[in-house]
Amino acid sequence: MSILTIENLRLSRGTREVLRGVTLRAERGELVALMGLSGGGKTTVLRSVAALEPFDAGTIDVDNVVLRPGPIAPRATLRELRKHVGMVFQLHYLFDHLTAIQNVMLAPLHVAKAARAETEARAMKLLESLGVAHRRDAYPRELSGGEAQRVAIARAMAMDPPLLLMDEPTASLDPARRNELGETLVELTRDGRTLIVTTHDDDFAKDFATRVIILADGEVVEEGNAREVLTNPRHAATKRLLQKSVL
Amino acid sequence: MIVALLLMLLTSPPPELRWGGDAEGGAPFVEADPNDVSKLRGFDVEVAQAIAKGLGREPRFVQVAFTAIDQSVARGDFDIGMSGVELTPARCAELACSDPYFEFHEVLTVREADRNRFTTLASLRGHRVGTLAGTIAYERLVEAQQQDGISVVSYDDDVHPYEDLSEGRLDAVLLDNIIAARSMRRVSGLYTQPVPVVAGHYTVVLAKSNAALRDRINEILRARMKDGTLERIYRDWQIWDSYQPALFARVSGAGSTEAPATSKPAAPDRGAIILRYIPALLRASVITIVLSCAAMALAILLGVAIASGRVYGNPLVRALLATYVEVVRGTPVLLQLFVLYYGLSSVIRLPAFIAALLGLGLNYAAYESEIYRGALEAVPRGQLEAARTLGLTERQVLTLVRGPQAFRLALAPMTNDFVALLKDSSLVSVITVVELTKQTSIFATNIGSWAIPGAMCAALYLILSLPLSRLAGRLELRWKAPSA
Repeated sequence: MSILTIENLRLSRGTREVLRGVTLRAERGELVALMGLSGGGKTTVLRSVAALEPFDAGTIDVDNVVLRPGPIAPRATLRELRKHVGMVFQLHYLFDHLTAIQNVMLAPLHVAKAARAETEARAMKLLESLGVAHRRDAYPRELSGGEAQRVAIARAMAMDPPLLLMDEPTASLDPARRNELGETLVELTRDGRTLIVTTHDDDFAKDFATRVIILADGEVVEEGNAREVLTNPRHAATKRLLQKSVL
Repeated sequence: MIVALLLMLLTSPPPELRWGGDAEGGAPFVEADPNDVSKLRGFDVEVAQAIAKGLGREPRFVQVAFTAIDQSVARGDFDIGMSGVELTPARCAELACSDPYFEFHEVLTVREADRNRFTTLASLRGHRVGTLAGTIAYERLVEAQQQDGISVVSYDDDVHPYEDLSEGRLDAVLLDNIIAARSMRRVSGLYTQPVPVVAGHYTVVLAKSNAALRDRINEILRARMKDGTLERIYRDWQIWDSYQPALFARVSGAGSTEAPATSKPAAPDRGAIILRYIPALLRASVITIVLSCAAMALAILLGVAIASGRVYGNPLVRALLATYVEVVRGTPVLLQLFVLYYGLSSVIRLPAFIAALLGLGLNYAAYESEIYRGALEAVPRGQLEAARTLGLTERQVLTLVRGPQAFRLALAPMTNDFVALLKDSSLVSVITVVELTKQTSIFATNIGSWAIPGAMCAALYLILSLPLSRLAGRLELRWKAPSA
């Protein structure tokens, strides 16, 4: 049983069709790289799955929680969905007024209503595993880009969602940092968690993703084993994508 | 040519005598003529006309607030001030005072039911007694506050004390017998004790440099006492009584510009008076700061509620709240205070301090809500989406993420508003709360100068507001952690 099934997802902004019938699946324990040229709809797919963006047609099924077209998902559906889906934003969006560890503890304390001591211990463990425990009391503006990203991952992981969405985590990372991140993400999939990562970095995808999905003009044009697809691209859009990353 | 010039000279009007008074004081002093509101009538009007006639000048009335008569005549806004102005040592140390032209008595008015219970100030221990601020009656009540343990309530006008007495907000009013008699006709169920508490006299005030004119006015007043003009005026206005012949005899008989010894003792030492007022000013500062803090707390709570309603509410709630904000911001806070305290008194009789607190709090809530609304809208959408993806409910997003972040954005304008509120709190003196500015004005009236009281008052306001600005600055610094 797939953790995520998207069927024929359509979404327009004004007269522009951003997604024109996207269909895709993700299995448990997979690290899926979602690739495509800018404006191809990668981020919109993630936002739709996280119920941040209403869509016009199709269905999204996350572990049997089903999102349907229409303005706002019912509250009960949303509550259920949030337990299954975590999201790490490209700009992190850490809460400016809270320290690193407070960012991580917010949801367990107020959504799961967990005890403070236990929550704090768990948050510390997460920060440790991501290598940012020493920054626990720093405010977001005091963190470097890489540190902020790790805190944001810890925050999304705090509720232990089986599906984690990450928007452009490799943007603005140098190659060494990028490899560290890749290893961390692979580590996160060990206990059956699924990661869907949008990226422009085909080397990153080849090294760490189990599968790649190529989006072009709001449609899935090619998918398969990351190394195979990215080494022998068949679709024109994939070829263009790879040319671009060489340049 | 010469003929034309002569004609012009002959027909040019006589010089004016500008006289200042307060038509809001009403009958029988100065009031608008009910038959022609552009005209004035009252015994002070007629005395002023008599003086002008004696000087060969044309009287012209200048409207001025009663409490500002002294300052206005001193700075030359008009030549003479008269509107039931009391002859006091402090006043006559700063201004040129004429001989007294009328003797009045401060009398105690109580509710009919209390006529045998509250007969003297001493019998009013622990009760509230009202009067007009800056008068002999006020001074007498401040004395009685210390001696007899009464509680003084000061007013800016002489109408509301009697209404408040009738409604039970006061237990007695001490004011001039003329005012008492007039008010008894207006408000029923009151009784004025026949025994006067203290005597006083009305005088014509002039700038100190105008002593020559004062002396001529004294001559005119003495002449009008002798020829029966003043008696006729007083009888017309039904204020002639047995005290006046004795006063006339003293004034016109003495033939000097000195007033009777009883009403014009040597002015006490200014330094001593200033010292005496320091505790009162400090007490008034406490009222100001407590009132401002409480009103601000109310404004913040309500402002947050209004802002949240306007951001999250349904269209009906949003429209209602927007109307509230527009109405409150679009009307003067002074009017709102009057409505709360006097307007609603038939429905709910709010104590003055509570009315002041509500008035300022409700008014500032409208302004605060706009600040918070702007701040809420300014929190980046990404912060809210991040909170939503974590599973926080919309209410939790507001209380845990959006609200705290908006609060930091709102802090600087809020501090600004609090300092403004601190100063706007002076408006509540119109509903009898004596705070810092009111106390200063009473102080200034009694020593006849604004220089020292004004400086002390300004210093106290700064002492109250500066620490606050610094505290806000510190909070902002703490929240704005240094960037890496």
